[in-house]
Amino acid sequence: MIAYHISVFAENRPGRLDHITGVLAQANINIRAIKISDLGEHGVVKMLVDDPDTAYRLLKQAGVLVSPKEIVAVAVEDRPGGLHAVLKVLTRQRINVEDAYGFVLNDRAVLVIEVANVAETMVLLKAAGLHLLSKEEIYAL
Amino acid sequence: MPILKRENAKTMYWEPNLETMPRAHLQALQRQRLQATLRRAMTSVYYQRMYREAGVVVDRIQGLEDLHQLPFTTKQHLREGYPFEFLTIRKDDVIRLHSSSGTTGQATVVCHNAHDLASWANLIARCMYMTGARPADVFQNMTGYGMFTGGLGFHCGAERLGMLTVPAGAGNSKRQIKFMQDFGTTIIHAIPSYALHLLSVFEEAGVDLKRDLQLKIAYLGAEPYSEHTRQRVEEGLGAKVFNSYGLSEMSGPGVAFECPEQNGMHIWEDAYLVEVLNPTTLEPMPDGEEGELVLTTLDREAMPLIRYRTRDLTSIMPGACPCGRTHKRIARIKGRSDDMFIIKGVNVFPMQVETLLMSVPEVGRNYQIILENEGPMDAMTVRVEVQHEFFRGDIQSLKALQQRITAALKGELLFTPKVALVEPDSLPKSEGKAVRVVDHRRKE
Repeated sequence: MIAYHISVFAENRPGRLDHITGVLAQANINIRAIKISDLGEHGVVKMLVDDPDTAYRLLKQAGVLVSPKEIVAVAVEDRPGGLHAVLKVLTRQRINVEDAYGFVLNDRAVLVIEVANVAETMVLLKAAGLHLLSKEEIYAL
Repeated sequence: MPILKRENAKTMYWEPNLETMPRAHLQALQRQRLQATLRRAMTSVYYQRMYREAGVVVDRIQGLEDLHQLPFTTKQHLREGYPFEFLTIRKDDVIRLHSSSGTTGQATVVCHNAHDLASWANLIARCMYMTGARPADVFQNMTGYGMFTGGLGFHCGAERLGMLTVPAGAGNSKRQIKFMQDFGTTIIHAIPSYALHLLSVFEEAGVDLKRDLQLKIAYLGAEPYSEHTRQRVEEGLGAKVFNSYGLSEMSGPGVAFECPEQNGMHIWEDAYLVEVLNPTTLEPMPDGEEGELVLTTLDREAMPLIRYRTRDLTSIMPGACPCGRTHKRIARIKGRSDDMFIIKGVNVFPMQVETLLMSVPEVGRNYQIILENEGPMDAMTVRVEVQHEFFRGDIQSLKALQQRITAALKGELLFTPKVALVEPDSLPKSEGKAVRVVDHRRKE
């Protein structure tokens, strides 16, 4: 099963980000990781949360521009060269990473990537011996 | 050679005598109706006072060449005379009024007696018949009713023509499609932004134009739209699209309309006296040159308006129309004379921006133009709302969208404005008279 994070459009003006986090906080939704891409007057905020379905629904209701995006989450050993091992496989398989971020949680390092074909990428990465996190594992992080 | 089947004059025109009347006869009719209208106007409280103060003696106005002696009527006058000072009949004989939004000031009203409503419905029937509508057609009216003159106006015109008229109203696209299928709708009327929305609903619902629908004509009006939008709607609906021009002060739609040539809108000169004037000097502009449209009602009893400044900019198209109608044609409305601003030496009408944005479904048609000083230069930013259904969650497509709109605006305005994407529903709504231009520039 494919997991997803939620992507939100935000104007670059005071109070926009806290409008979004406010909606999530009120619904008791936990944000595991966040990435902000800034394009000057507006940007895109990607959030890995423990309940993306509810988060998506509530944000949409609140009038926020939001879109779910499929991801692949790879568990990386928290040691020098851990990330490099993953990227080597991606390069070898010619997988184009559209966006990525990483975080460390309870001595587990996780790399989250967006690719064009998630299902195919998961098969390729698994075959290369990498440890992928299941949907349940990701949301339960 | 195939023999072209052509309707003869009897069935080609709604009112053959009026529509193809030789110009000299048409002018004689106008002269006669102008005098009657002026005498009638003098019985209203407002015109009596206005003409007394201006020293106008209406009996001295013999013909069209004397028109320039008469003062103009403006929106402000209508506000001052609100609600009933323009009436030339007893209020008891008024059978309907339409009020325009009062968001930028006092509201205005236009009142009708039975004659006026019949005359207005007949003009709209004439417009629709001209485009090919016939009594056997099924007409689905997809605009709002109520005070919006496009709703009841088209409704009554369609009934006058004898079509099966479906007062569907605006919105609820699924139901619109069901009506179209169940009733065999052949003609629709919608505002352009709704027509574009309907196209995407068609796509989603998998509607097959040939199999499921019998559409042949669509009337789009009340909002500006580009030729590009017309083509998109024509392809998407499999129907011919005709431009419509009207304004609430002149009753609503039915003032001018496109014929099958789709090249300019015939303005009905038996009902409206047309002037195109330089908005600054108020001197008449020659045919083919742009100016402000000034209209006088010639067939309205309850509330005639004399030399009403529409603020709409257009030009009279020179030459006769191949369709055989002798009434002049006006070009697509360029903008409003009171909206224009100058930036980087270029005259810009907000309508140019609006028309262009209509063809970008990703941003809808709400927009705002911000003018600022940027050092010694002026800068213009166009703020547009990204629509929910087009947000894919990535920054690349936003950037591409921004660049595409910037390039399109540059092509239209000949300088490069900034484009800012903003969240949906964060700009003033398109309904009514939203503030579209915010000028923060230092005044000299």
